[in-house]
Amino acid sequence: MDFSTYQILSFLILPLVSFVILIFVRSSVAIKSHFIALPLIGLMLINSISILFKSLQDHHFTLKQSFQWFSTGEFMINLGYYVDNVTAIMLVVVSLISFLVHLYSIEYMKGDLRYSRYFAFLGIFTFSMNGIVISDNLIMMYIFWELVGFSSYLLIGFWFEKHSAAYASKKAFLINRIGDIGMFIGIMILFFSIGSFNINDIIRGVEAGNNINYSLLTISGLLVFMGAVGKSAQFPLHTWLPDAMEGPTPVSALIHAATMVAAGVYMTFRIFPFLTPDALLIIAFIGGITALGAAVIAITQTDIKAVLAYSTISQLGYMVMALGVGAHQAALFHLVTHAMFKACLFLCSGSVIHAMHHSLHSLNDHHTDPQDMNNMGGLKVKMPLTYYTMLVSTLAISGVPFFSGFLSKDAILAGTLSYYHIHHGLTIFLPIAGFGAAMITAFYMFRLIFKTFHGKPASKNVFNHMKESPLAMTIPLVILSILSLAFVFTININPLHGHGWLTHHIGYIKHVAGLNMHEVQDGLHHAHNSAMFISLLVAFFGIVISSLFYLLNKVDVERTTTFFNKFKLYDLSKNKFYINEFYDFILYKPFMRISKIASIIDWDYYDQKFIDAWGWITLKISNLSGKADYSILDQKIVDGVSHLTNYSSKKLRNIQSGIIQNYLLGGFMCLVLIIIVIQQFN
Amino acid sequence: MHYLESYLVVSSILFTFGIFAVITRKNAIAILMGIELILNSANVNFIAFNRFGNFEILDGHIFSIFVVVLAAAEAAIALAIIINLFKNIGTVNVDEAKVLKG
Repeated sequence: MDFSTYQILSFLILPLVSFVILIFVRSSVAIKSHFIALPLIGLMLINSISILFKSLQDHHFTLKQSFQWFSTGEFMINLGYYVDNVTAIMLVVVSLISFLVHLYSIEYMKGDLRYSRYFAFLGIFTFSMNGIVISDNLIMMYIFWELVGFSSYLLIGFWFEKHSAAYASKKAFLINRIGDIGMFIGIMILFFSIGSFNINDIIRGVEAGNNINYSLLTISGLLVFMGAVGKSAQFPLHTWLPDAMEGPTPVSALIHAATMVAAGVYMTFRIFPFLTPDALLIIAFIGGITALGAAVIAITQTDIKAVLAYSTISQLGYMVMALGVGAHQAALFHLVTHAMFKACLFLCSGSVIHAMHHSLHSLNDHHTDPQDMNNMGGLKVKMPLTYYTMLVSTLAISGVPFFSGFLSKDAILAGTLSYYHIHHGLTIFLPIAGFGAAMITAFYMFRLIFKTFHGKPASKNVFNHMKESPLAMTIPLVILSILSLAFVFTININPLHGHGWLTHHIGYIKHVAGLNMHEVQDGLHHAHNSAMFISLLVAFFGIVISSLFYLLNKVDVERTTTFFNKFKLYDLSKNKFYINEFYDFILYKPFMRISKIASIIDWDYYDQKFIDAWGWITLKISNLSGKADYSILDQKIVDGVSHLTNYSSKKLRNIQSGIIQNYLLGGFMCLVLIIIVIQQFN
Repeated sequence: MHYLESYLVVSSILFTFGIFAVITRKNAIAILMGIELILNSANVNFIAFNRFGNFEILDGHIFSIFVVVLAAAEAAIALAIIINLFKNIGTVNVDEAKVLKG
């Protein structure tokens, strides 16, 4: 093994070491857990940056290695890594966010009962996430895929004393399982038709066009994508992500905003070259529906983390939609920029929640929800650093020029426009969803900013006790907000020009099963200007409407709400389109009813009646047979024989009188008798 | 008057008296006498059958002499037993000798 292999393997080993040490650490030194976790993750970050620089210098940078794990006959499973430009970028993103979240958590989790376990869980999460990123085959990716699901389960339910947290972790795990089953079936179909788990081999096999027909390829592609639907919280399976906000906020930033949920997008990016046109169309529509729907829900949420959760779902929808329309470059670009600004947003919200929590704690108020935006307001004065970093990332997510979100979102929107120009018809939905969601995003993100940091404080008392978070929490915010600026990704003065080192580095895939990439690139180029114009317009509108509502108070919120509620629109959004209730109605409740019926049948009838009846019958039969055995067999027959013997011997012993003459008489009589008998029969 | 039946009748009467004496007498010596009667009835039979059976040889006569000798020996042993019985239980009444009663 050469140096680069060790370098790649260190991405798995370092966080795993952190996990193993911290999970066994003694409770007396647990409070110093971060002294173990932070250097290890820091080393990993330096490592990832060195790989990124190495890949920047070499245009055809790839590192790969694989070995056979085990085989049974024809069935062979390899483990291996495949590191190219995209992997290098992903590794930096994961390591950076993980490092900053570790740093942030030192303050945020201070004094928690399970401080060391928290860092251990972060370690195993980072380990599994790196595993997904570097794996070169689908089965290894699937293993790490399950591991991130598992660590996500652990971290969502970190405060498992809270009923809602335990419920949310269970829900996240189960809903992810639905997607994972599809993914596994898809992987198996691909293996049995192409004969390899290796992603590059599968792509080559599909290109060669043998062994797999079109519809099977579509189905298997969509099934593998199903895993991404679960993990990246896309439309039918998105309900777990908002509930996952029960976990500690830094965890939400790391797992449920920046990295794990983006794993679905990354995986789809990897399998993108062999997805068929039909599969891509469905993927694009799922992304579009998710982007728009989640944005609409986010408008009316009052929990600060719920808004961010739905915003995450919406942005993930963007990325998936980008992959569907063939703008894979834009998808990964948006993944990177989104990871930065969304992690920043979550950490900022964590900072606010932390301050709120401490303020409420010092007031001995345990009833006010520290996450509800209605309890905040005017915090700008108290927490300036949090405010400005959050403002930067909000500008980024809203798609304002000079900030990173503008560039990546713009590229995605151009992709949807060009897709519509090529395909026409119903695909008009995609640009509409994209631009609509962009406007709504600008609206609700500024609503969040205005409600939290502007206006009058909801409670004077709470407000007075608020203070800025300590340095360990604000440093990550500053770093992430700097990384939300556009020029970091372009190194370019022109704010409207999106092509920089990052997009160049992602490169673009020339041969794709589903699309004519040449046409797509042309379309992207043409749609670029109009997309930019419209997206600027919608972002502007969104921000203006938001400030009319919440900053300048020109429009009364209550009256607008009542107006919209005439058509039940407000309730629809507030209740998340009743999707949870719908699932409750079609899945949970019937399932519970069936379970209840089954339990009644099992317990009341089968167990109580049938099984117990057997017991009763057995008891009766035993009673009977016991009676028969003792009273009849034992008392009558067995004892009867002995009684008879006893009785007859008592009678018979009288014959032995001891008087010899009696015997003689008997003998003589018998002799006479015998003679008579003989006489008679002769 | 030389008929076999008349001899057999005499011997039967003798046998019956002998059996009767053996079964009913209480005195051991009387029983012994009964036994003598039975043996002699057998002797009468032996001689009668030999006389009327047209046998060349005198087997019946020889046999009856054997029986007389046997009876003498038997009487000697029986008397010895009776003397011992008398020594042990002080009587010759056989009803008293019932140690073997079940």
